[in-house]
Amino acid sequence: MQNERTQNRIVAILSDVILILYFLFALFPLVWMVLVSLKSGPELFTTKFIFTPTIENYVAILFGDARAAAGVVARQEFPRNFMNSLIASSGAVLISLVVGVPAAYALARYKFRGKEDLAFTFLSFRFAPELVVIIPLSVIYRQLGLYDTYFGIMWVYQLVTLPLLIWVLRSYFEDISPDIEQAAMIDGYSWWHVFFKILMPLVRPGLAAAALLAFIFAWNNFMFPLVLGGSNVQTVTVASLGYISSAQGFFNRMAAASVLASLPQIILALSIQRYLIRGLSFGAVKG
Amino acid sequence: MSEQVMKTPTPVKDEDIRLPWLVRARPYLIILPAMLLLIGILYPFVVGVYYSFTAFNFKVPDSQFNFVGLRNYVRMFTDEDFLYSTYITLAYAVITTGVELFLGLIVAMLLNRDSRVAKILTPMLIFPMIIAPVIGTLVWKMMMQPSVGILNPILNFVGLPSLEWAAVPQTALFSVTLVDIWMFTPFAAMMILAGLRSFPNAPFEAARVDGASFWFTFRNLTLPMLTPFIIIIIVFRFMDSLKMFDIIFAMTEGGPGNTLMTYQLTAYRTSIQFQRMSAGLPYAILLYIIIYIVSMYLIKAWGRAQRRAAGY
Repeated sequence: MQNERTQNRIVAILSDVILILYFLFALFPLVWMVLVSLKSGPELFTTKFIFTPTIENYVAILFGDARAAAGVVARQEFPRNFMNSLIASSGAVLISLVVGVPAAYALARYKFRGKEDLAFTFLSFRFAPELVVIIPLSVIYRQLGLYDTYFGIMWVYQLVTLPLLIWVLRSYFEDISPDIEQAAMIDGYSWWHVFFKILMPLVRPGLAAAALLAFIFAWNNFMFPLVLGGSNVQTVTVASLGYISSAQGFFNRMAAASVLASLPQIILALSIQRYLIRGLSFGAVKG
Repeated sequence: MSEQVMKTPTPVKDEDIRLPWLVRARPYLIILPAMLLLIGILYPFVVGVYYSFTAFNFKVPDSQFNFVGLRNYVRMFTDEDFLYSTYITLAYAVITTGVELFLGLIVAMLLNRDSRVAKILTPMLIFPMIIAPVIGTLVWKMMMQPSVGILNPILNFVGLPSLEWAAVPQTALFSVTLVDIWMFTPFAAMMILAGLRSFPNAPFEAARVDGASFWFTFRNLTLPMLTPFIIIIIVFRFMDSLKMFDIIFAMTEGGPGNTLMTYQLTAYRTSIQFQRMSAGLPYAILLYIIIYIVSMYLIKAWGRAQRRAAGY
Protein backbone atom coordinates (compact mmCIF):
# COMPACT_ATOMS: atom_id res chain seq x y z
CA MET A 1 0.00 0.00 0.00
CA GLN A 2 2.75 2.37 1.02
CA ASN A 3 4.62 1.38 -2.11
CA GLU A 4 1.66 2.07 -4.37
CA ARG A 5 1.18 5.52 -2.86
CA THR A 6 4.78 6.56 -3.47
CA GLN A 7 4.48 5.20 -6.99
CA ASN A 8 1.38 7.35 -7.57
CA ARG A 9 3.21 10.37 -6.17
CA ILE A 10 6.06 9.82 -8.60
CA VAL A 11 3.68 9.47 -11.55
CA ALA A 12 1.88 12.66 -10.51
CA ILE A 13 5.09 14.65 -10.20
CA LEU A 14 6.43 13.29 -13.48
CA SER A 15 3.15 14.23 -15.21
CA ASP A 16 3.37 17.77 -13.86
CA VAL A 17 6.96 18.06 -15.06
CA ILE A 18 6.07 16.92 -18.59
CA LEU A 19 3.13 19.34 -18.58
CA ILE A 20 5.36 22.22 -17.51
CA LEU A 21 7.86 21.34 -20.24
CA TYR A 22 5.12 21.43 -22.87
CA PHE A 23 3.83 24.78 -21.65
CA LEU A 24 7.37 26.14 -21.70
CA PHE A 25 7.40 25.30 -25.41
CA ALA A 26 3.89 26.72 -25.93
CA LEU A 27 4.35 29.98 -24.05
CA PHE A 28 8.03 30.79 -24.51
CA PRO A 29 7.68 32.45 -27.96
CA LEU A 30 4.97 34.74 -26.59
CA VAL A 31 6.97 35.63 -23.49
CA TRP A 32 10.00 36.26 -25.66
CA MET A 33 7.93 38.49 -27.96
CA VAL A 34 6.89 40.61 -24.97
CA LEU A 35 10.49 40.74 -23.67
CA VAL A 36 11.93 41.84 -27.01
CA SER A 37 9.22 44.49 -27.34
CA LEU A 38 10.49 45.99 -24.07
CA LYS A 39 14.15 46.06 -25.13
CA SER A 40 15.93 49.18 -26.29
CA GLY A 41 17.98 49.14 -29.49
CA PRO A 42 21.43 48.27 -28.07
CA GLU A 43 20.04 45.51 -25.82
CA LEU A 44 18.30 43.84 -28.73
CA PHE A 45 21.43 41.96 -29.76
CA THR A 46 22.00 40.43 -26.37
CA THR A 47 20.22 37.30 -25.23
CA LYS A 48 19.89 38.63 -21.71
CA PHE A 49 16.59 38.11 -19.92
CA ILE A 50 17.31 40.74 -17.29
CA PHE A 51 17.46 44.27 -18.62
CA THR A 52 15.93 47.69 -18.05
CA PRO A 53 12.58 47.60 -19.82
CA THR A 54 11.52 50.52 -21.93
CA ILE A 55 8.21 51.45 -23.51
CA GLU A 56 9.89 53.45 -26.27
CA ASN A 57 9.00 50.80 -28.87
CA TYR A 58 5.32 51.08 -28.06
CA VAL A 59 5.48 54.86 -28.12
CA ALA A 60 7.22 54.73 -31.48
CA ILE A 61 4.70 52.27 -32.90
CA LEU A 62 1.68 54.22 -31.71
CA PHE A 63 2.78 57.82 -32.07
CA GLY A 64 5.68 57.70 -34.51
CA ASP A 65 9.24 58.42 -33.51
CA ALA A 66 10.95 61.54 -34.80
CA ARG A 67 14.38 60.27 -33.83
CA ALA A 68 14.03 56.97 -35.62
CA ALA A 69 15.81 56.56 -38.90
CA ALA A 70 13.78 57.45 -41.96
CA GLY A 71 12.72 54.68 -44.30
CA VAL A 72 10.86 52.61 -41.77
CA VAL A 73 7.35 53.35 -42.88
CA ALA A 74 5.76 50.59 -40.89
CA ARG A 75 5.73 52.27 -37.51
CA GLN A 76 3.62 55.33 -38.34
CA GLU A 77 1.23 53.09 -40.19
CA PHE A 78 0.43 50.85 -37.25
CA PRO A 79 -2.55 52.78 -35.80
CA ARG A 80 -4.10 52.93 -39.26
CA ASN A 81 -3.55 49.23 -39.87
CA PHE A 82 -5.06 48.48 -36.50
CA MET A 83 -8.15 50.55 -37.37
CA ASN A 84 -8.39 48.81 -40.74
CA SER A 85 -8.37 45.40 -39.06
CA LEU A 86 -10.98 46.61 -36.59
CA ILE A 87 -13.30 48.04 -39.25
CA ALA A 88 -13.01 45.11 -41.66
CA SER A 89 -13.43 42.43 -38.97
CA SER A 90 -16.34 44.07 -37.14
CA GLY A 91 -18.09 44.85 -40.43
CA ALA A 92 -17.69 41.26 -41.55
CA VAL A 93 -19.10 39.93 -38.27
CA LEU A 94 -22.06 42.32 -38.47
CA ILE A 95 -22.94 41.17 -41.99
CA SER A 96 -22.61 37.55 -40.87
CA LEU A 97 -24.88 38.15 -37.89
CA VAL A 98 -27.63 39.77 -39.95
CA VAL A 99 -27.51 37.01 -42.53
CA GLY A 100 -26.39 34.08 -40.42
CA VAL A 101 -28.66 34.20 -37.36
CA PRO A 102 -31.87 33.67 -39.36
CA ALA A 103 -30.16 31.07 -41.54
CA ALA A 104 -28.93 29.16 -38.48
CA TYR A 105 -32.43 29.24 -37.05
CA ALA A 106 -34.01 27.95 -40.25
CA LEU A 107 -31.42 25.18 -40.51
CA ALA A 108 -32.06 24.15 -36.91
CA ARG A 109 -35.85 24.29 -36.84
CA TYR A 110 -37.46 23.76 -40.19
CA LYS A 111 -37.55 20.72 -42.39
CA PHE A 112 -37.20 21.69 -46.02
CA ARG A 113 -35.77 20.21 -49.14
CA GLY A 114 -32.02 20.51 -49.60
CA LYS A 115 -31.48 21.57 -46.01
CA GLU A 116 -28.46 19.43 -45.25
CA ASP A 117 -26.87 20.13 -48.62
CA LEU A 118 -27.22 23.81 -47.96
CA ALA A 119 -25.72 23.51 -44.50
CA PHE A 120 -22.77 21.59 -45.91
CA THR A 121 -22.27 24.13 -48.67
CA PHE A 122 -21.86 26.81 -46.03
CA LEU A 123 -19.46 24.58 -44.13
CA SER A 124 -17.46 23.84 -47.26
CA PHE A 125 -16.42 27.51 -47.45
CA ARG A 126 -14.47 26.91 -44.32
CA PHE A 127 -12.55 23.98 -45.79
CA ALA A 128 -12.18 24.99 -49.44
CA PRO A 129 -8.76 26.35 -50.41
CA GLU A 130 -9.32 30.10 -50.45
CA LEU A 131 -7.38 30.68 -53.67
CA VAL A 132 -10.05 28.97 -55.78
CA VAL A 133 -12.29 31.93 -54.94
CA ILE A 134 -9.68 34.62 -54.42
CA ILE A 135 -7.84 34.39 -57.72
CA PRO A 136 -10.99 35.10 -59.78
CA LEU A 137 -12.17 37.59 -57.17
CA SER A 138 -8.99 39.60 -57.63
CA VAL A 139 -10.11 40.13 -61.23
CA ILE A 140 -13.81 40.65 -60.44
CA TYR A 141 -13.02 43.11 -57.65
CA ARG A 142 -10.96 45.26 -60.00
CA GLN A 143 -13.83 45.30 -62.51
CA LEU A 144 -16.39 46.20 -59.83
CA GLY A 145 -14.17 48.73 -58.06
CA LEU A 146 -14.20 46.66 -54.88
CA TYR A 147 -10.45 46.09 -54.86
CA ASP A 148 -8.82 47.71 -51.81
CA THR A 149 -12.14 48.74 -50.23
CA TYR A 150 -13.51 47.93 -46.79
CA PHE A 151 -16.66 46.46 -48.25
CA GLY A 152 -14.66 44.19 -50.52
CA ILE A 153 -12.71 42.81 -47.57
CA MET A 154 -15.84 42.44 -45.41
CA TRP A 155 -17.55 40.60 -48.24
CA VAL A 156 -14.76 38.07 -48.71
CA TYR A 157 -14.40 37.64 -44.93
CA GLN A 158 -17.83 36.00 -45.09
CA LEU A 159 -15.96 32.88 -46.16
CA VAL A 160 -14.49 32.82 -42.66
CA THR A 161 -17.17 34.30 -40.43
CA LEU A 162 -20.43 33.03 -41.96
CA PRO A 163 -19.84 29.24 -41.79
CA LEU A 164 -18.65 29.59 -38.21
CA LEU A 165 -21.68 31.61 -37.10
CA ILE A 166 -24.21 29.46 -38.93
CA TRP A 167 -22.86 26.15 -37.67
CA VAL A 168 -22.22 27.16 -34.08
CA LEU A 169 -25.54 28.97 -33.75
CA ARG A 170 -27.41 26.13 -35.36
CA SER A 171 -26.12 23.82 -32.64
CA TYR A 172 -27.28 26.29 -29.97
CA PHE A 173 -30.74 26.60 -31.54
CA GLU A 174 -30.99 22.82 -31.70
CA ASP A 175 -30.32 22.66 -27.97
CA ILE A 176 -33.49 24.64 -27.26
CA SER A 177 -36.56 22.49 -27.17
CA PRO A 178 -39.17 23.43 -29.81
CA ASP A 179 -41.75 23.02 -27.03
CA ILE A 180 -40.76 26.41 -25.63
CA GLU A 181 -41.62 28.05 -28.92
CA GLN A 182 -44.87 26.15 -29.30
CA ALA A 183 -45.94 27.02 -25.80
CA ALA A 184 -45.33 30.72 -26.40
CA MET A 185 -47.14 30.56 -29.73
CA ILE A 186 -50.13 28.90 -28.09
CA ASP A 187 -50.11 31.69 -25.53
CA GLY A 188 -50.72 33.98 -28.50
CA TYR A 189 -47.30 35.49 -29.03
CA SER A 190 -46.33 36.25 -32.60
CA TRP A 191 -43.44 34.48 -34.29
CA TRP A 192 -41.36 37.67 -34.18
CA HIS A 193 -42.00 38.07 -30.51
CA VAL A 194 -41.05 34.47 -29.79
CA PHE A 195 -37.87 34.77 -31.84
CA PHE A 196 -36.60 38.02 -30.37
CA LYS A 197 -37.98 37.92 -26.84
CA ILE A 198 -37.67 34.23 -26.01
CA LEU A 199 -35.17 32.52 -28.31
CA MET A 200 -32.56 35.24 -28.65
CA PRO A 201 -32.05 35.69 -24.89
CA LEU A 202 -31.58 31.92 -24.61
CA VAL A 203 -28.86 31.76 -27.24
CA ARG A 204 -27.29 35.13 -26.44
CA PRO A 205 -24.20 33.82 -24.60
CA GLY A 206 -23.47 31.37 -27.40
CA LEU A 207 -24.23 33.99 -30.00
CA ALA A 208 -21.87 36.50 -28.41
CA ALA A 209 -19.12 33.91 -28.15
CA ALA A 210 -19.55 32.80 -31.76
CA ALA A 211 -19.50 36.40 -32.95
CA LEU A 212 -16.33 37.16 -30.99
CA LEU A 213 -14.65 34.03 -32.29
CA ALA A 214 -15.64 34.98 -35.84
CA PHE A 215 -14.13 38.39 -35.15
CA ILE A 216 -10.88 36.77 -34.03
CA PHE A 217 -10.69 34.62 -37.17
CA ALA A 218 -11.41 37.60 -39.39
CA TRP A 219 -8.79 39.65 -37.56
CA ASN A 220 -6.23 36.87 -37.93
CA ASN A 221 -6.89 36.40 -41.62
CA PHE A 222 -3.97 37.12 -43.85
CA MET A 223 -4.54 35.91 -47.39
CA PHE A 224 -7.72 37.83 -48.18
CA PRO A 225 -6.40 41.32 -47.40
CA LEU A 226 -3.03 40.36 -48.91
CA VAL A 227 -4.56 39.60 -52.31
CA LEU A 228 -7.68 41.77 -52.34
CA GLY A 229 -6.53 44.80 -50.38
CA GLY A 230 -3.96 47.50 -51.08
CA SER A 231 -2.62 50.33 -48.97
CA ASN A 232 -6.10 51.72 -48.14
CA VAL A 233 -7.29 48.72 -46.18
CA GLN A 234 -3.99 47.13 -45.16
CA THR A 235 -4.61 45.13 -41.99
CA VAL A 236 -2.15 44.44 -39.18
CA THR A 237 -1.54 40.90 -40.41
CA VAL A 238 -0.47 42.06 -43.86
CA ALA A 239 1.45 45.02 -42.47
CA SER A 240 3.32 42.85 -39.97
CA LEU A 241 5.13 41.19 -42.86
CA GLY A 242 6.47 44.60 -43.80
CA TYR A 243 7.80 45.25 -40.32
CA ILE A 244 10.11 42.25 -40.40
CA SER A 245 11.46 42.88 -43.86
CA SER A 246 12.40 46.44 -42.97
CA ALA A 247 15.70 46.94 -41.15
CA GLN A 248 16.74 44.25 -38.68
CA GLY A 249 17.45 46.82 -36.02
CA PHE A 250 13.73 47.30 -35.64
CA PHE A 251 12.90 43.84 -34.42
CA ASN A 252 11.90 45.34 -31.09
CA ARG A 253 9.43 47.59 -32.89
CA MET A 254 8.10 44.60 -34.75
CA ALA A 255 7.69 42.74 -31.46
CA ALA A 256 5.82 45.68 -29.94
CA ALA A 257 3.53 45.79 -32.96
CA SER A 258 2.96 42.03 -32.63
CA VAL A 259 2.02 42.38 -28.98
CA LEU A 260 -0.45 45.17 -29.75
CA ALA A 261 -1.89 43.26 -32.69
CA SER A 262 -2.36 40.13 -30.54
CA LEU A 263 -3.88 41.73 -27.46
CA PRO A 264 -7.47 41.99 -28.77
CA GLN A 265 -7.63 38.27 -29.59
CA ILE A 266 -6.14 37.18 -26.28
CA ILE A 267 -8.54 39.35 -24.26
CA LEU A 268 -11.55 38.26 -26.32
CA ALA A 269 -10.59 34.59 -26.21
CA LEU A 270 -10.19 34.63 -22.45
CA SER A 271 -13.59 36.27 -22.06
CA ILE A 272 -15.36 33.52 -24.02
CA GLN A 273 -13.34 30.58 -22.75
CA ARG A 274 -16.39 28.59 -21.70
CA TYR A 275 -17.73 28.62 -25.25
CA LEU A 276 -14.47 28.19 -27.14
CA ILE A 277 -14.59 24.43 -27.67
CA ARG A 278 -17.97 24.49 -29.32
CA GLY A 279 -17.00 27.50 -31.39
CA LEU A 280 -13.68 26.10 -32.55
CA SER A 281 -15.26 22.80 -33.57
CA PHE A 282 -18.16 24.51 -35.38
CA GLY A 283 -20.65 23.04 -32.94
CA ALA A 284 -19.42 19.44 -33.35
CA VAL A 285 -17.96 19.18 -29.85
CA LYS A 286 -20.11 20.55 -27.04
CA GLY A 287 -17.44 21.37 -24.49
CA MET B 1 -49.69 36.24 -39.08
CA SER B 2 -48.85 33.59 -36.55
CA GLU B 3 -51.85 34.65 -34.51
CA GLN B 4 -53.86 33.74 -37.57
CA VAL B 5 -52.31 30.30 -37.62
CA MET B 6 -53.06 29.80 -33.99
CA LYS B 7 -56.72 30.77 -34.43
CA THR B 8 -57.30 28.04 -36.98
CA PRO B 9 -58.80 25.16 -35.01
CA THR B 10 -57.03 22.29 -36.81
CA PRO B 11 -53.77 21.23 -35.21
CA VAL B 12 -52.31 19.88 -38.48
CA LYS B 13 -50.67 23.13 -39.57
CA ASP B 14 -48.51 21.77 -42.35
CA GLU B 15 -51.32 20.33 -44.43
CA ASP B 16 -53.67 23.27 -44.01
CA ILE B 17 -54.15 24.65 -47.51
CA ARG B 18 -55.44 27.92 -46.05
CA LEU B 19 -52.09 28.51 -44.35
CA PRO B 20 -50.82 31.80 -45.77
CA TRP B 21 -48.08 31.23 -48.34
CA LEU B 22 -45.92 33.62 -46.36
CA VAL B 23 -45.88 31.20 -43.45
CA ARG B 24 -45.17 28.21 -45.63
CA ALA B 25 -42.38 30.07 -47.38
CA ARG B 26 -40.93 31.23 -44.09
CA PRO B 27 -37.93 28.86 -43.92
CA TYR B 28 -36.93 29.90 -47.43
CA LEU B 29 -37.44 33.60 -46.71
CA ILE B 30 -35.43 33.38 -43.53
CA ILE B 31 -32.55 31.75 -45.31
CA LEU B 32 -32.76 33.93 -48.43
CA PRO B 33 -30.16 36.56 -47.39
CA ALA B 34 -27.67 33.80 -46.70
CA MET B 35 -28.48 32.23 -50.06
CA LEU B 36 -27.81 35.50 -51.87
CA LEU B 37 -24.50 35.78 -50.10
CA LEU B 38 -23.80 32.20 -51.05
CA ILE B 39 -24.30 33.03 -54.71
CA GLY B 40 -21.95 35.97 -54.31
CA ILE B 41 -19.28 33.52 -53.22
CA LEU B 42 -20.10 30.68 -55.61
CA TYR B 43 -20.03 32.98 -58.62
CA PRO B 44 -16.28 33.69 -58.40
CA PHE B 45 -15.72 29.97 -57.85
CA VAL B 46 -17.45 29.17 -61.13
CA VAL B 47 -15.54 31.98 -62.85
CA GLY B 48 -12.33 30.50 -61.45
CA VAL B 49 -13.08 27.08 -62.87
CA TYR B 50 -13.80 28.75 -66.23
CA TYR B 51 -10.53 30.72 -66.10
CA SER B 52 -8.65 27.47 -65.56
CA PHE B 53 -9.67 26.44 -69.10
CA THR B 54 -8.45 29.69 -70.67
CA ALA B 55 -5.08 31.33 -71.21
CA PHE B 56 -6.01 34.23 -68.94
CA ASN B 57 -3.10 36.48 -68.08
CA PHE B 58 -3.91 39.68 -66.23
CA LYS B 59 -1.38 41.62 -68.29
CA VAL B 60 -2.82 40.46 -71.64
CA PRO B 61 -6.15 42.16 -72.51
CA ASP B 62 -9.06 39.90 -73.46
CA SER B 63 -6.99 36.79 -72.79
CA GLN B 64 -9.79 35.49 -70.56
CA PHE B 65 -11.74 34.63 -73.73
CA ASN B 66 -8.88 32.60 -75.12
CA PHE B 67 -10.18 29.08 -74.49
CA VAL B 68 -7.44 26.46 -74.36
CA GLY B 69 -9.23 23.39 -72.99
CA LEU B 70 -7.21 21.25 -70.64
CA ARG B 71 -3.85 22.80 -71.46
CA ASN B 72 -3.34 24.33 -68.00
CA TYR B 73 -4.09 21.00 -66.36
CA VAL B 74 -1.79 19.08 -68.71
CA ARG B 75 0.97 21.58 -67.96
CA MET B 76 0.44 21.18 -64.25
CA PHE B 77 0.60 17.38 -64.34
CA THR B 78 3.64 17.35 -66.63
CA ASP B 79 5.49 20.09 -64.76
CA GLU B 80 8.81 18.76 -63.43
CA ASP B 81 8.03 20.20 -59.99
CA PHE B 82 4.52 18.76 -59.78
CA LEU B 83 5.47 15.55 -58.00
CA TYR B 84 7.65 17.41 -55.53
CA SER B 85 4.83 19.90 -54.90
CA THR B 86 2.45 17.00 -54.22
CA TYR B 87 4.99 15.43 -51.88
CA ILE B 88 5.58 18.63 -49.88
CA THR B 89 1.83 19.39 -49.62
CA LEU B 90 1.12 15.91 -48.26
CA ALA B 91 4.24 15.73 -46.09
CA TYR B 92 3.39 19.01 -44.39
CA ALA B 93 -0.20 17.92 -43.72
CA VAL B 94 0.65 14.42 -42.51
CA ILE B 95 3.52 15.50 -40.24
CA THR B 96 1.65 18.38 -38.59
CA THR B 97 -1.65 16.52 -38.14
CA GLY B 98 0.07 13.41 -36.83
CA VAL B 99 2.30 15.17 -34.32
CA GLU B 100 -0.46 17.54 -33.19
CA LEU B 101 -2.82 14.64 -32.57
CA PHE B 102 -0.22 12.62 -30.65
CA LEU B 103 1.06 15.55 -28.61
CA GLY B 104 -2.47 16.88 -28.06
CA LEU B 105 -3.57 13.51 -26.71
CA ILE B 106 -0.70 13.43 -24.21
CA VAL B 107 -1.21 17.04 -23.12
CA ALA B 108 -4.96 16.55 -22.74
CA MET B 109 -4.55 13.41 -20.64
CA LEU B 110 -2.00 15.14 -18.44
CA LEU B 111 -4.31 18.14 -18.04
CA ASN B 112 -7.26 15.92 -17.20
CA ARG B 113 -5.90 15.06 -13.74
CA ASP B 114 -6.58 16.34 -10.28
CA SER B 115 -3.47 18.51 -10.17
CA ARG B 116 -2.91 22.13 -9.23
CA VAL B 117 -0.35 22.57 -12.01
CA ALA B 118 -2.88 21.34 -14.58
CA LYS B 119 -5.56 23.72 -13.26
CA ILE B 120 -3.26 26.72 -13.50
CA LEU B 121 -1.98 25.87 -16.98
CA THR B 122 -5.23 24.85 -18.74
CA PRO B 123 -6.49 28.40 -19.48
CA MET B 124 -3.17 29.28 -21.13
CA LEU B 125 -3.59 26.52 -23.67
CA ILE B 126 -5.36 28.80 -26.14
CA PHE B 127 -2.66 31.47 -26.48
CA PRO B 128 -0.61 30.04 -29.38
CA MET B 129 -3.65 29.35 -31.56
CA ILE B 130 -5.58 32.52 -30.92
CA ILE B 131 -2.98 35.00 -32.18
CA ALA B 132 -2.72 35.55 -35.93
CA PRO B 133 -0.80 32.72 -37.64
CA VAL B 134 1.27 35.26 -39.54
CA ILE B 135 2.31 37.04 -36.36
CA GLY B 136 3.04 33.79 -34.53
CA THR B 137 5.21 32.74 -37.45
CA LEU B 138 7.06 36.06 -37.51
CA VAL B 139 7.87 35.67 -33.82
CA TRP B 140 9.35 32.24 -34.58
CA LYS B 141 11.21 33.73 -37.53
CA MET B 142 12.72 36.30 -35.19
CA MET B 143 13.65 33.55 -32.74
CA MET B 144 15.36 31.63 -35.55
CA GLN B 145 17.16 34.73 -36.79
CA PRO B 146 20.99 34.43 -36.47
CA SER B 147 21.80 37.80 -34.85
CA VAL B 148 18.81 38.54 -32.62
CA GLY B 149 17.34 35.05 -32.37
CA ILE B 150 17.17 33.00 -29.22
CA LEU B 151 16.82 29.44 -30.53
CA ASN B 152 20.47 28.94 -31.50
CA PRO B 153 21.77 30.27 -28.16
CA ILE B 154 19.40 27.81 -26.46
CA LEU B 155 20.63 24.94 -28.65
CA ASN B 156 24.24 25.89 -27.91
CA PHE B 157 23.46 26.12 -24.22
CA VAL B 158 22.34 22.49 -24.11
CA GLY B 159 25.37 21.49 -26.17
CA LEU B 160 23.80 21.26 -29.63
CA PRO B 161 25.13 22.96 -32.76
CA SER B 162 23.37 25.97 -34.28
CA LEU B 163 20.80 25.43 -37.03
CA GLU B 164 20.04 27.53 -40.08
CA TRP B 165 16.33 26.74 -39.69
CA ALA B 166 14.18 27.84 -42.62
CA ALA B 167 17.09 29.41 -44.51
CA VAL B 168 18.37 26.07 -45.86
CA PRO B 169 16.42 23.30 -47.63
CA GLN B 170 17.52 20.61 -45.16
CA THR B 171 15.66 22.11 -42.19
CA ALA B 172 13.03 24.29 -43.90
CA LEU B 173 10.20 21.75 -43.66
CA PHE B 174 11.16 21.02 -40.06
CA SER B 175 11.03 24.74 -39.23
CA VAL B 176 7.57 25.41 -40.66
CA THR B 177 6.03 22.22 -39.29
CA LEU B 178 7.48 23.12 -35.89
CA VAL B 179 5.59 26.43 -36.00
CA ASP B 180 2.39 24.68 -37.10
CA ILE B 181 2.76 22.14 -34.29
CA TRP B 182 3.37 24.91 -31.78
CA MET B 183 0.32 26.80 -33.01
CA PHE B 184 -2.26 24.04 -33.32
CA THR B 185 -1.37 21.33 -30.79
CA PRO B 186 -3.53 23.31 -28.33
CA PHE B 187 -6.50 22.83 -30.67
CA ALA B 188 -6.05 19.05 -30.56
CA ALA B 189 -5.49 19.10 -26.81
CA MET B 190 -8.63 21.19 -26.21
CA MET B 191 -10.83 18.88 -28.28
CA ILE B 192 -9.47 15.73 -26.58
CA LEU B 193 -9.82 17.37 -23.18
CA ALA B 194 -13.46 18.21 -23.92
CA GLY B 195 -13.93 14.57 -24.92
CA LEU B 196 -12.30 13.18 -21.80
CA ARG B 197 -14.41 15.43 -19.59
CA SER B 198 -17.63 14.34 -21.30
CA PHE B 199 -17.09 10.66 -20.54
CA PRO B 200 -19.34 8.89 -18.05
CA ASN B 201 -17.54 7.75 -14.94
CA ALA B 202 -19.09 4.28 -14.62
CA PRO B 203 -17.07 2.24 -17.19
CA PHE B 204 -13.79 3.69 -15.94
CA GLU B 205 -14.73 3.00 -12.35
CA ALA B 206 -15.62 -0.58 -13.30
CA ALA B 207 -12.29 -1.02 -15.05
CA ARG B 208 -10.46 0.31 -12.02
CA VAL B 209 -12.32 -2.00 -9.64
CA ASP B 210 -11.50 -4.95 -11.90
CA GLY B 211 -7.85 -3.96 -11.65
CA ALA B 212 -7.44 -3.22 -15.36
CA SER B 213 -4.05 -1.77 -16.29
CA PHE B 214 -3.67 1.77 -17.62
CA TRP B 215 -2.95 0.50 -21.12
CA PHE B 216 -5.92 -1.86 -21.11
CA THR B 217 -8.29 0.94 -20.09
CA PHE B 218 -6.71 3.31 -22.59
CA ARG B 219 -6.95 0.90 -25.53
CA ASN B 220 -10.37 -0.55 -24.81
CA LEU B 221 -12.23 2.38 -23.27
CA THR B 222 -10.58 5.76 -23.70
CA LEU B 223 -9.46 5.45 -27.30
CA PRO B 224 -12.72 4.07 -28.76
CA MET B 225 -14.71 6.73 -26.92
CA LEU B 226 -12.34 9.41 -28.15
CA THR B 227 -12.67 8.39 -31.82
CA PRO B 228 -15.29 11.04 -32.75
CA PHE B 229 -13.13 13.74 -31.18
CA ILE B 230 -10.02 12.47 -32.93
CA ILE B 231 -11.83 12.54 -36.26
CA ILE B 232 -12.93 16.14 -35.65
CA ILE B 233 -9.31 17.08 -35.01
CA ILE B 234 -8.23 15.34 -38.22
CA VAL B 235 -11.00 17.08 -40.18
CA PHE B 236 -9.89 20.51 -39.05
CA ARG B 237 -6.13 20.05 -38.90
CA PHE B 238 -5.59 17.87 -41.98
CA MET B 239 -7.77 20.07 -44.20
CA ASP B 240 -6.19 23.24 -42.88
CA SER B 241 -2.63 22.04 -43.25
CA LEU B 242 -3.25 20.76 -46.79
CA LYS B 243 -4.05 24.36 -47.70
CA MET B 244 -1.69 26.04 -45.22
CA PHE B 245 -0.55 29.38 -46.57
CA ASP B 246 0.09 31.85 -43.75
CA ILE B 247 2.88 30.01 -41.93
CA ILE B 248 4.83 29.00 -45.04
CA PHE B 249 4.40 32.38 -46.70
CA ALA B 250 5.41 34.37 -43.62
CA MET B 251 8.40 32.12 -43.02
CA THR B 252 9.95 31.77 -46.50
CA GLU B 253 7.33 32.56 -49.19
CA GLY B 254 7.83 28.95 -50.33
CA GLY B 255 11.62 29.02 -50.44
CA PRO B 256 14.49 28.48 -50.23
CA GLY B 257 14.22 27.70 -53.94
CA ASN B 258 11.11 25.57 -54.28
CA THR B 259 11.63 23.68 -51.00
CA LEU B 260 8.23 24.62 -49.56
CA MET B 261 6.22 25.19 -52.74
CA THR B 262 3.00 23.41 -51.82
CA TYR B 263 -0.04 23.49 -54.12
CA GLN B 264 -1.34 26.54 -52.31
CA LEU B 265 1.98 28.43 -52.56
CA THR B 266 2.43 27.45 -56.23
CA ALA B 267 -1.09 28.67 -57.06
CA TYR B 268 -0.43 31.96 -55.26
CA ARG B 269 2.94 32.55 -56.89
CA THR B 270 1.74 31.75 -60.40
CA SER B 271 -1.66 33.42 -60.34
CA ILE B 272 -1.13 36.41 -58.09
CA GLN B 273 2.58 37.21 -58.11
CA PHE B 274 3.18 36.36 -61.80
CA GLN B 275 -0.40 37.37 -62.75
CA ARG B 276 -0.81 34.24 -64.87
CA MET B 277 -4.28 33.70 -63.46
CA SER B 278 -5.23 30.58 -65.35
CA ALA B 279 -1.87 28.80 -64.93
CA GLY B 280 -2.07 28.75 -61.12
CA LEU B 281 -5.75 27.86 -60.82
CA PRO B 282 -5.41 24.11 -61.60
CA TYR B 283 -3.31 23.72 -58.43
CA ALA B 284 -6.01 25.38 -56.33
CA ILE B 285 -8.76 23.36 -58.02
CA LEU B 286 -6.88 20.07 -57.61
CA LEU B 287 -6.41 20.89 -53.93
CA TYR B 288 -10.12 21.67 -53.70
CA ILE B 289 -11.01 18.26 -55.15
CA ILE B 290 -8.64 16.46 -52.78
CA ILE B 291 -10.01 18.32 -49.77
CA TYR B 292 -13.59 17.73 -50.88
CA ILE B 293 -13.14 13.96 -51.22
CA VAL B 294 -11.14 13.53 -48.00
CA SER B 295 -13.52 15.70 -45.94
CA MET B 296 -16.60 13.85 -47.24
CA TYR B 297 -15.01 10.58 -46.19
CA LEU B 298 -13.99 11.96 -42.78
CA ILE B 299 -17.39 13.47 -42.05
CA LYS B 300 -19.05 10.12 -42.82
CA ALA B 301 -16.53 8.37 -40.55
CA TRP B 302 -17.32 10.93 -37.85
CA GLY B 303 -21.04 10.17 -38.06
CA ARG B 304 -20.32 6.43 -37.76
CA ALA B 305 -17.94 6.91 -34.84
CA GLN B 306 -20.42 9.12 -33.02
CA ARG B 307 -23.18 6.57 -33.37
CA ARG B 308 -20.83 3.85 -32.18
CA ALA B 309 -19.64 5.91 -29.21
CA ALA B 310 -23.25 6.69 -28.29
CA GLY B 311 -24.04 2.97 -28.37
CA TYR B 312 -21.89 2.27 -25.34
